Amino acid sequence: MKIHEYQAKELFRKAQVPVLQGFVAKTPEEARAAFERLGGPIAVVKAQLHAGGRGKGTVIEVPSQRGVQLVKSGDEAATVAKNLINNRLVTVQTGPAGSKVNQVFVEEGCRIARELYLAVVVDRGSSMPLLMVSSEGGVEIEKVAAETPEKILKESFDPAYGLQGFQVRKLCKKLGILGDAARSADFFMKKVCKLFVDLDCSMAEINPLVITEDNKMIALDAKITFDDNALFRHPDLKELRDLNEEESAEIRAGNTGLSYVKLEGNIGCLVNGAGLAMATMDIIKLHGGAPANFLDVGGGANTQQVTEAFRIILSDPNVKAILVNIFGGIARCTTIAQAIIEASKEVGFTVPLVVRLEGTEVNEGKKMLKDSGLAIISADDLTDAAKKVVASIA
Amino acid sequence: MSILVNSETRVICQGITGKAGAFHTQGCKEYGTKMVGGVTPGKSGETVAGLPVFDTVEEAVNQTGANATMIFVPPAFTADAILEAIDAGIGVICAITEGVPVIDMVHVYDRVRRSNSILIGPNCPGVITPGECKIGIMPGYIHNVGKVGIMSRSGTLTYEAVWQTSSLNLGQSTCVGLGGDPIVGTSYIDIFERFQNDDQTEVILMIGEIGGDAEEKAAEYVKNHVTKPVAAFIAGRTAPPGKRMGHAGAIITGGKGTAAEKVAALEAAGIVVAQSPADMGAAVVEAIKRGK
Repeated sequence: MKIHEYQAKELFRKAQVPVLQGFVAKTPEEARAAFERLGGPIAVVKAQLHAGGRGKGTVIEVPSQRGVQLVKSGDEAATVAKNLINNRLVTVQTGPAGSKVNQVFVEEGCRIARELYLAVVVDRGSSMPLLMVSSEGGVEIEKVAAETPEKILKESFDPAYGLQGFQVRKLCKKLGILGDAARSADFFMKKVCKLFVDLDCSMAEINPLVITEDNKMIALDAKITFDDNALFRHPDLKELRDLNEEESAEIRAGNTGLSYVKLEGNIGCLVNGAGLAMATMDIIKLHGGAPANFLDVGGGANTQQVTEAFRIILSDPNVKAILVNIFGGIARCTTIAQAIIEASKEVGFTVPLVVRLEGTEVNEGKKMLKDSGLAIISADDLTDAAKKVVASIA
Repeated sequence: MSILVNSETRVICQGITGKAGAFHTQGCKEYGTKMVGGVTPGKSGETVAGLPVFDTVEEAVNQTGANATMIFVPPAFTADAILEAIDAGIGVICAITEGVPVIDMVHVYDRVRRSNSILIGPNCPGVITPGECKIGIMPGYIHNVGKVGIMSRSGTLTYEAVWQTSSLNLGQSTCVGLGGDPIVGTSYIDIFERFQNDDQTEVILMIGEIGGDAEEKAAEYVKNHVTKPVAAFIAGRTAPPGKRMGHAGAIITGGKGTAAEKVAALEAAGIVVAQSPADMGAAVVEAIKRGK
């Protein structure tokens, strides 16, 4: 689960990670009031989107407006807010349609001496949390990773003990951070790493991380992604979810315990198991079709889930045919067959349905489908299924 | 021979009184696995599938001589269950549970690596040595005794591979579901090492997917240490970047972990890579033909 910058900064503040003062605004008037409350000569107005690349992003309705802008008056803050709120911002991460901005964050300015990059992730290679810091702040980290990977410094740490002082000293030495700034870095980095573990993050990214002219390390941006599997122990974090930022079909799927990702094609897929679901998409493509989605009904799929899965697939107007591919393990073929029969009564299939069943209780499942009298195209194996579903819309 | 488990393996189920635990304990028993008991705290004295239930793993080990376990407890308690199995000296621990927090696995991984236990999973189908021992949720009847060693990050895709190799009369030595999470107890390399040293395994099939770089590391290992023929398949060629494809570990981040990169690394190591998931069995046949 992702959250907005202003929400992440609130969590930073609670965890003592230094951030600047700022207020969220949902209208131009609120933005003006925020500027005045901050009381400084300058402030920064930032569009709040989960997508990155806001600074270079452009607003579709007001092409001259960027997603992040320095302002020098309440009037200016209100104008920028007006340009952003309820309009669509296009960044490298949103795709050409952009994402609708519902609120802005008005933050005080600061005197920057240096811009850095910082991120914490769980490193799969070492199976440990990993702190990454780079001297190349404010630029795309993927670019740094590809072109000058030696500029990304890494320190992994044990979640039980946290980041150690010597690790910060190593980083500061390599980055040329001295004196008060190094003391500030020690405090900052340890707190960020602690927050990462305490809140079960899967990623925390600060770009840019700045050192001010008075030698303080401050998070100028904040991006956090939480481990969905750990949200059960953070009920307060669940409330930070912004459904406006998510695909509505993906929300529905999540609520039913399904995992669904919308794609651009026209063949809907209903599969059990993530690997098989990916492989099913791949084989559709291999035989000249285009998958409309990834959908894993999971191990213990029940009738209600499968029915909802069909509804979600059919809610995509691009879908011209559906391929069901089930290899029963935990999920029994009879459960799936029963669900297909009930879903057809409830949803009504208006597009060709190709079904391939194998595994636990396969013969009983196939018989149920056959006896149901439904117009189902039965397939014997993966290739057969892919060919039949592609042919059904040719 | 085989790897990890055989007809002598004595298995318990942690979470045996739950719906899935009970169902699959019965399934494993029917397959012929030496199921010897189960554990659910507070349910000592009950029986499930004719097997005794114990309060602790320690007690179960003392009473039954168990040396393997399959874990079906809910995600919030899985780390605890794995640590309990390690503490009781269980040799092979299969964690079937899906949805375990990653930070929990950081702790568990460290502990299991410093122990004599091997952890398969979490978020995996388990381990099977056909005809001898099935620990987990895979449908037993699709497996045949044979010569292909199979390992995979995906459950149902493994069944697909088993089905294909059985249909080609190759059979399997042992099939290992490594699990679909970012941090799992056992890597491809661990299993390559075991298959390489196993007489029954004549050819190895590795099934990977997008995300991370475990497949690339395995390719490097195969190039330097594996003399047996190896075939592979990578799922997720059509997966878009930045989207989690069901498995917590199946995500392309920062342009890394794509299927194309993995396929290239595997082919560079001399591994036969199936282009279609329907051709995994054929890739194994091709690998045998090419030899190593």
